[in-house]
Amino acid sequence: MNLFDILGPIMVGPSSSHTAGAVRIGSMARALLGQQPKTAELYLHGSFASTGAGHGTYQALIAGLLGLEPDDPDVPNSYALAEKAGMRFSFETRTLRDVHPNSVLIVMETEDGRRMEMGASSLGGGRIEVFSVDGLRTAFSGELPTLLVQNNDQPGCVSRVTGVLADNGINVASLQLSRGGRGGSAVMVIECDEEVPWNTVDEIRALPGIVQVTRYSLEVNQ
Amino acid sequence: MIEFSSIEQMLEDTRVSGLPLWENIMRSDCEQQGISEEISRAKMERLLDAMVAADAGYRADERSASGLVGGDGGKMMDYMKNGKTLCGDFISDVMAGALRMGECNACMKRIVAAPTAGACGVLPAVLLAYHRHFGAEDFGDDEENLVRALYVAAGFGMIIANRASISGAEGGCQAEIGAAATMAAPALVQLMGGTPEQMAHASAMAMKNLLGLVCDPVGGLVEVPCVKRNVIGAMDAVSAAQMAMAGIESRVPPDQVIDAMREVGASLPHTLRETGKGGLAATPFGKKYQPKED
Repeated sequence: MNLFDILGPIMVGPSSSHTAGAVRIGSMARALLGQQPKTAELYLHGSFASTGAGHGTYQALIAGLLGLEPDDPDVPNSYALAEKAGMRFSFETRTLRDVHPNSVLIVMETEDGRRMEMGASSLGGGRIEVFSVDGLRTAFSGELPTLLVQNNDQPGCVSRVTGVLADNGINVASLQLSRGGRGGSAVMVIECDEEVPWNTVDEIRALPGIVQVTRYSLEVNQ
Repeated sequence: MIEFSSIEQMLEDTRVSGLPLWENIMRSDCEQQGISEEISRAKMERLLDAMVAADAGYRADERSASGLVGGDGGKMMDYMKNGKTLCGDFISDVMAGALRMGECNACMKRIVAAPTAGACGVLPAVLLAYHRHFGAEDFGDDEENLVRALYVAAGFGMIIANRASISGAEGGCQAEIGAAATMAAPALVQLMGGTPEQMAHASAMAMKNLLGLVCDPVGGLVEVPCVKRNVIGAMDAVSAAQMAMAGIESRVPPDQVIDAMREVGASLPHTLRETGKGGLAATPFGKKYQPKED
């Protein structure tokens, strides 16, 4: 914690958890998808569903999907901006299992039909946690440069990926593994102390068993 | 270096370093974060500018999404124009400023969380009113003083967050409006030229007077009673700062007051910690706004 966790953030009101955090969740979803979604279905859970309307949570989530920051005065006008940008969205209430009260599941689709699903919670003070990606359990905040590596669940994947990072002088801050079932699809979430250069990402992509690599950088998301 | 875990340690470190308290707070944070003083100051100036801009952007005709709040800052400003207020020019201006900022927040305008969005009105209300009534004619000439006051506020806020909490869900409103007042009181003492010891006593007196304040928002929204509690937080800070400048001291040491806040917060029932299920939220009026359970 530092002085600017106490004073700040500069944000559009009324709530750091239900508004600023919701914008950050939307922009995290956009960053993981790698582009603005063509369509987004949003499933609101708990307090997000019950008090979201009064806190501008709905507009805030859409604002994030459009790439707006939590302090953008246009956050309340995000529906109109989405229409202009040709992004369709819908909201539903859904009870999600074993999650924080301020949570949402976002199902997105790109222009060319690629689908991605992300679940995230707003923990307070504008801090967030992504608790699932494409149905696989995760726990990362976006406070560090992060790599999301989707791979086939087979021996050696983890050591090959961390080997590439080590060879490129990147220190791993945390590593989480999750899989759908033995030998099925799996995800590695790697939080790093340094930004991961694109050529390192390409090296990881070329490894056997790797399905997809998503790079989350602080440089473009701050 | 200040560890931001104890007011006593912060004062002792400041005595040893010989630096002004605000500067010691700034340098310690820069060292811990690994950032330059230049970057830190630029960030703090940006927060101050955002507070000024938010205050200037208030519109009395705007209402929150629920329709529960809006316009009260305008009413107070109109009332001040008749020149016969009970509280005098300065306090009336503080009250109007706190209402304006609380209403800006509820109406989804851009504000600075200090320490939270719900309590965003306390600090700018006292700092900007102090500038208007006692500061330099030109804002630019006062900017340095206000930035120093913000460092003092943030330093005390860090200690509250480390020893207790700055979240209504954890500690009730005493941890939000109470914390904001506990930060604003020493900031005012800084502006008035008081000593670090006076700042510590101001913070302790401000917190003691709001100990036990519950978080009971109608409908779970940051509107009722949040907007008007920014007024009481700001008034609390002003009175605590003036007491400290008069040489009045808190009998209970400042760190122990913060510890008491943590204990009181932990003892509060779930219904009075931002759940919108107790206190004002559970009155017949409040129940009309209660969200439907899913």
